[in-house]
Amino acid sequence: MIRFILRRCAIGLVLVWIVLTLIFLALHLVPGDPAALLLGGEGSGTPTPEALAQVRERLGLNDPFLVQYWNYLSGLFQGNLGTSFRDGSAVAGFIATRLPNTLELVLVASLLALVVGIPLGALAARRGGAVDTGISLLTAIGLAVPVYVIGTVMVLVFALTLRWFPAGGYVAFTEDPVGHLSRLVLPSIAIAMGITAVLARMTRSSVIETMGQDWVRTARSVGLARSQVFQGHVMRNSLNPVVTSFGLEVGALIGSTVLIERVFNWPGLGSLLIDAVLQRDYPIVQGVVIVVSVLFILINIVVDVSYGLLDPRVRQS
Amino acid sequence: MNTPNPDEIPTVVSDLTPSGKTPLVDSRPPAPNRLRSSLTPLRVVAAVFIFVIVLATILADWIGLPDPVTQDIVNKLLPIGSPGHPLGTDQFGRDLLSRLVFGARVELVVALSATAIAVVIGTLLGLAGGFYGRWVETVTMRSVDVILAFPPIILALLVVTIYGPGLITLIAVMGLLFAPAYARLTYGQVVTVRNFEYVEASQVFGATKRRTLLGVVLPNVAAPIIVQLPLTLAGAILLESGLSFLGLGVVPPTPSWGLMVADGQRFMIANPEQILLPSVVIALTILSFGLVGDVLRDWLDPRRAMARNY
Repeated sequence: MIRFILRRCAIGLVLVWIVLTLIFLALHLVPGDPAALLLGGEGSGTPTPEALAQVRERLGLNDPFLVQYWNYLSGLFQGNLGTSFRDGSAVAGFIATRLPNTLELVLVASLLALVVGIPLGALAARRGGAVDTGISLLTAIGLAVPVYVIGTVMVLVFALTLRWFPAGGYVAFTEDPVGHLSRLVLPSIAIAMGITAVLARMTRSSVIETMGQDWVRTARSVGLARSQVFQGHVMRNSLNPVVTSFGLEVGALIGSTVLIERVFNWPGLGSLLIDAVLQRDYPIVQGVVIVVSVLFILINIVVDVSYGLLDPRVRQS
Repeated sequence: MNTPNPDEIPTVVSDLTPSGKTPLVDSRPPAPNRLRSSLTPLRVVAAVFIFVIVLATILADWIGLPDPVTQDIVNKLLPIGSPGHPLGTDQFGRDLLSRLVFGARVELVVALSATAIAVVIGTLLGLAGGFYGRWVETVTMRSVDVILAFPPIILALLVVTIYGPGLITLIAVMGLLFAPAYARLTYGQVVTVRNFEYVEASQVFGATKRRTLLGVVLPNVAAPIIVQLPLTLAGAILLESGLSFLGLGVVPPTPSWGLMVADGQRFMIANPEQILLPSVVIALTILSFGLVGDVLRDWLDPRRAMARNY
């Protein structure tokens, strides 16, 4: 098991290095002058030579290529993600203040999806009939409605019309616990919706498959109660594919969070990223992309390792 | 986004062609009764819905719709059922029906182009990696791993920052993002198929590797690829409309469903239909593509269909 974890981490490290290099190359291998490209765009006119020189200076574009690469990587190791184009403050500082908010949202949404999705799928598989059809319909809708539409409609219904929750924004938990939590409800439900549907569908098909196994019939004929077989054996044996599908959905989860932070004005990495893209503040975009991509790789390692813990066969492969 | 689970990838050919009597190419036509039996009423409705959208998109210029971009401030925020504007107008007095239809054109063009790029690149990578093995396999499949190491929307936003928003950027980045699914799907299939007798036979008969790959292997691994197409189209529409909603996809005033939802936000208490109309259309479109995908799956990929439906 230790070897499995170590090997998975080693692969992860290599992947991190490749990803960091690609992010570096994304700007530096573009045809033409990257500075001109960053300053160009809709309705911004021709950039002045001074502005171009300033951007080149700030991104270190005047140095030889390998020196730039070295500075980039060694800077990253020291936690230096560069400075914002707009006010010159450190990108790492922005990210440090925003990251906890995003993690909170993602964690609550994931928990919500697991707590609702798995029982929902199990229920559909066990009951069948109208319950199954109803849940299938719900999950189909959950998958088809884009997350930003869910968020926007939630704002319209639960915030603006019914006034049950605030329409968005953020207050620190330490200042106003109730206000903080009430602002967390709608965005986390919106994010959880899609992944709940995926988990419910996966659980359903996995449980149905497990219930068809011979050993389930054996367990029943030995005299175990239906609920005993189900809770003690069927569920346990059905959860592997569910964990896998959760791992595959992490990318979508991050995408949903970016959109939902925008809808609810939640001050996380997603809204920081969108603002930076809109203002073409490249150092911030690059910093957020680096942090989120590395986190993404880490999460995938955790999912793989937990999969290995659940299923010994995985460790060997 | 629908990434195929490697465990789910079916081994179609191994089950369709019992060894010993393997034909060179599995040339049996897809059974027509399987198509008919896969068509439930709901799925037919979905197919018709997509057909109507495609038709409206093609004919948009000739069915007498007002221009979707020209502003008409006098007639702004008209309700549904107003004369001349059956679905009302937005805050600039632009006809909502017209914007929905021309928005559909943008969605479909982007989704189709991105999917075409993804299928071609992904399938070629998967074919090459699965068939040639060794360093080709390493290069192709590891580069696919690298693309998958980025959360999709994050990669898209990085590219948009450098190149600026616009249709070409969107299509290129989404083609790149959706290619890995096809590469892995094809690769998994090819690895199974490449050791079958009919592939060997083709080689023995003197076919070149490329001919064997494209003429013998490809037709035998095509079914799951085709089944995946509607799902990718749906995924592309979801992602495109999401980026446009953020203001980073289609550049205004070009109509796009995601942009329409974003535009409607400011007036949604008084004019909820302005966000609800595009929302419903997006959801129905995604749902319909999913249902059409089910039809293709039951029709072309019966083993997987059984695995799903039990």
